[in-house]
Amino acid sequence: MRKILSMAVAIAAGLGLAGAAATGALAAEKLKVAWVYIGPVGDFGWTYQHDQGRKAVEKEFGDKVETTYVENVPEGPDAERVIEQLARAGNKLIFTTSFGYMEPTLKVAKRNPKVFFEHATGYKRDKNVSTYNSKFHEGRYILGQIAAKTSKTGTIGYIASFPIPEVISGINALMLGAQSVNPDIKVKIVWANSWFDPAKEADAAKALIDQGADVISQHTDSPAAMQAAEQRGVKAFGQASDMINFGPHAQLTSIVDNWAPYYIERVKEVMDGTWKSTDTWSGMKDGEVVMAPYTNMPDDVKAMAQATEAKIKSGELNPFKGPIYDQTGKLVVKEGEVLPDKGILSMNWYVKGIDDKVPGK
Amino acid sequence: MPLRLERQENVSGLRLALAPLLALVFTLIVGAVMFVALGHDPIRAFGIYFVGPLLDTYTLQELVVKAGPLLMIGTGLAFCYRANRWNIGAEGQYVAGAVVGSWLALVTHGTDAGPWVLPAMLVMGALGGALWGLIPAFLRVRFGSSEILTSLMLVYVAQLGLDYLVRGPWKDPDGFNFPQSVTFDANAVMPLLMDEGRLHGGIILALVAVVVATFVLGRTLVGYSIELGGSAPRAAAFAGFDERRVTYGVFAVSGALAGLAGIIEVAGPIGNLQPSISPGYGFTAIIAAMLGRLHPVGIVVASLVLALTYIGGEAAQISMRLPFDVTRVFQGTLLIAILAADVMVRYRVRRVEGTSHA
Repeated sequence: MRKILSMAVAIAAGLGLAGAAATGALAAEKLKVAWVYIGPVGDFGWTYQHDQGRKAVEKEFGDKVETTYVENVPEGPDAERVIEQLARAGNKLIFTTSFGYMEPTLKVAKRNPKVFFEHATGYKRDKNVSTYNSKFHEGRYILGQIAAKTSKTGTIGYIASFPIPEVISGINALMLGAQSVNPDIKVKIVWANSWFDPAKEADAAKALIDQGADVISQHTDSPAAMQAAEQRGVKAFGQASDMINFGPHAQLTSIVDNWAPYYIERVKEVMDGTWKSTDTWSGMKDGEVVMAPYTNMPDDVKAMAQATEAKIKSGELNPFKGPIYDQTGKLVVKEGEVLPDKGILSMNWYVKGIDDKVPGK
Repeated sequence: MPLRLERQENVSGLRLALAPLLALVFTLIVGAVMFVALGHDPIRAFGIYFVGPLLDTYTLQELVVKAGPLLMIGTGLAFCYRANRWNIGAEGQYVAGAVVGSWLALVTHGTDAGPWVLPAMLVMGALGGALWGLIPAFLRVRFGSSEILTSLMLVYVAQLGLDYLVRGPWKDPDGFNFPQSVTFDANAVMPLLMDEGRLHGGIILALVAVVVATFVLGRTLVGYSIELGGSAPRAAAFAGFDERRVTYGVFAVSGALAGLAGIIEVAGPIGNLQPSISPGYGFTAIIAAMLGRLHPVGIVVASLVLALTYIGGEAAQISMRLPFDVTRVFQGTLLIAILAADVMVRYRVRRVEGTSHA
């Protein structure tokens, strides 16, 4: 009896071990994917939306992936360590989601040739480093049209982060959209010199409102400006995510970054072994730039916004279609021509009508 | 029954040594409660946080790389704080040093200038930091303005200056207008000490600074005049020490070390000039200086402990998915515990008799 019992125990133990080995093998097949974030996942802006993309990957692939993220990683010397640690922890695909991670990503990629890297908003690539970004300026053109229709003072406030091409082209696209409705529209710009600084963003919004702006647009990541607009009874556009909860009476719409399709596609490519180094710049028609519901505006404005959205998606309308003049009145894009992507990606000039100077120029 | 804190005259060395240990134990208890509340095994969490980074050569190197600028700046700050001069602007001196040193790297870029470039950059970085540090010293000596305010405000001036340069004249012409300089040439980059990893020559300079500072502060007349000027300014004046010279001296040393740390970081782990070159080293170094009790060796230990909380915090985010805020709570708890333990050792609580019996 005793013998049988101990045999049974041995068999059970053996089964248990086999089971453990089996799950071990399964775990090894899991693709480990990691994200590096500039802000906290709770910023309700840029980082929040990337994290929504991460969650979409988890949902899509379930047990086949294991995702990790590190938040609040400063651009600079710390970033390289975090990316390296993620590579060493066995992640096969790593998304680094801020411009300042460009050099660190490339350095770590050189040392880890078997790991695939994806850098958001940068321009330097390598065999195992891709770059990706969205054409947010498409959405900003629509914001400009809505703002010009909505503003009573004729002044749009713009909270900008850093004078890099992505931000400059956003300001220009908004202005071109606004001018298509009201050629005399004004835009006032405040530089926050930060991607995420709620106190500064709120101060900037208040300063713009005090200067007569009654529609606030932002290229910073927190909902602080939206909250300030709600308090002061003016209108505003959300950034990166739908911020309607922060400005139920203020939000007109929001440019929502939808990274999920791209992330799912890239994870799938790594699984299938078809991943290649690429430069992806998707926009509205790909579903990466999504407009939040048009709210707090009359029906005719809403109809106009929807019509423009449809035209951008179909390719009929390009925000940077000529004729476009710069501030000095020089013709930059000729009638009937379209500014090539390269021109948008290196933009450091304002279109005619913007009464300001590009910082550092 | 009012209570009063009373300073104790003779505190034994043993109690002073035990205070940080006590603080550490307290932090670990708070941490354990926090981990249990978050649903994690505290032993495993502590292992990942505090032990894991010490077992791997890569993370060990990273620990030193991260602690390097902290201990270098902190050592400089010890000069100021011992003399009762409150330099809060080491971050600005760090940036100023990085900018001045980088200038040489940028003008010699692509010229094959030779091996003298890096040493000259280091000297210029130290000079740049020292000059930036001398501004608040001058304002204090000449106009009596508070060096706390002026040194802090100069941080923003330095950062905005750097911002202007990398977006304007020093921008990489082939960089699509993005705000960063060209990548430094090989003769303008700190040599690496190991085949794999980021440990660079800067750490040797940092250790030299610590040894020299220990000697100067502890064994020389200069160190004595700094100490005396801080604790008993009138006595120092009677002894013939010139208060103004001490002010200039400590700010120059502190600024030079911060500037050196800045240029080492830019020529080392970063490799070019960009808008953000410091995750707040100049401010974290203030904590390191205070935790290290303004003694260079203590500052080395404190810098390593601070670096460990950062690197352990990242490891915990990666392998346990703990939020970054946990790291902040840890650092905050450790700091409060050490300061509290310090007070408990050096002071005692006494009831004040009589006043409440009226």
